Amino acid sequence: MYFASLSALWHMDGHGFYVWLSYAVTFLPVAIMLWLPIRRQRQHWQWIAAEQRRIDSRRAEAPGE
Amino acid sequence: MGSPPWFFRFSGAVVRWLLPLTIGLLLLGAAWGLLVAPPDFRQGNSYRIIYVHVPAAVVALAGYYVMAFAGAVSLIWRIKMADVTMRAVAPVGAVLTAVALVTGAIWGKPTWGTWWVWDARITSMLILLFLYLGVIALFEAYENKTAAARACAVLSLVGTVNIPIIYKSVDWWYALHQPASIKFTGESAIDSSMLHPLLLMIGAFYCLFALTVLLNMRAELVWNHREASWLKQMVRNV
Repeated sequence: MYFASLSALWHMDGHGFYVWLSYAVTFLPVAIMLWLPIRRQRQHWQWIAAEQRRIDSRRAEAPGE
Repeated sequence: MGSPPWFFRFSGAVVRWLLPLTIGLLLLGAAWGLLVAPPDFRQGNSYRIIYVHVPAAVVALAGYYVMAFAGAVSLIWRIKMADVTMRAVAPVGAVLTAVALVTGAIWGKPTWGTWWVWDARITSMLILLFLYLGVIALFEAYENKTAAARACAVLSLVGTVNIPIIYKSVDWWYALHQPASIKFTGESAIDSSMLHPLLLMIGAFYCLFALTVLLNMRAELVWNHREASWLKQMVRNV
């Protein structure tokens, strides 16, 4: 590790604000970009599964259709 | 390749190991760049922004090629998967371009004394952001998906003219933005103790690009094929 202490790492000789802000504005959108399609797919998946349960239960109620 | 059931199974297998790999590489690269790499003798610690700024910019540019290529495939062969690819790449490219611009502005403040300057490199990157946003907006503007894909393909192909301009901007108009530090031929203008984490981070961002594009494509495919028997079968078997 290059920095001697945690506070030196935080301040980075006066550049800490710029460096940490840059990493924050990179990793926050990256995390959202990964999470959104995973959530979207899960919602679609659940929608299809629910739709199928509805069809199955309708079939069970009215056999021979 | 163009078959959705095959693609869905294949991409599912890829995503399963690409997701942990990408997160691992990103964390490793960030830790290396922030904690281990030495400071720059002229810029001090502010140069550490390079480890997010350059990879985001590099992959934002490379992503445009992927989108334009998918656009060409869509126009010539009318393959539906090419439309899905184009649509999946555009938001990823837009986010990466925005990240490159914002981190560049943050880097500019301590280095050049200004957040923004109408330098050729920065301006052409801003145009790249507008191209990505234009493709996203076009996709949303049409009711008919095929017409939307065709319009987006034309826009992304016309926009490729901007890519060599971005690459060459630092050489053609020498202003504030520094020229490339990494060269494929000859010695790079950057020490290996700083170069290795940068290369790792560029690799991590390429993985991130592939991963997010695949995730976007999968989400889109599930919705488009919600009535298809192969997908119903898969949902039933889970």
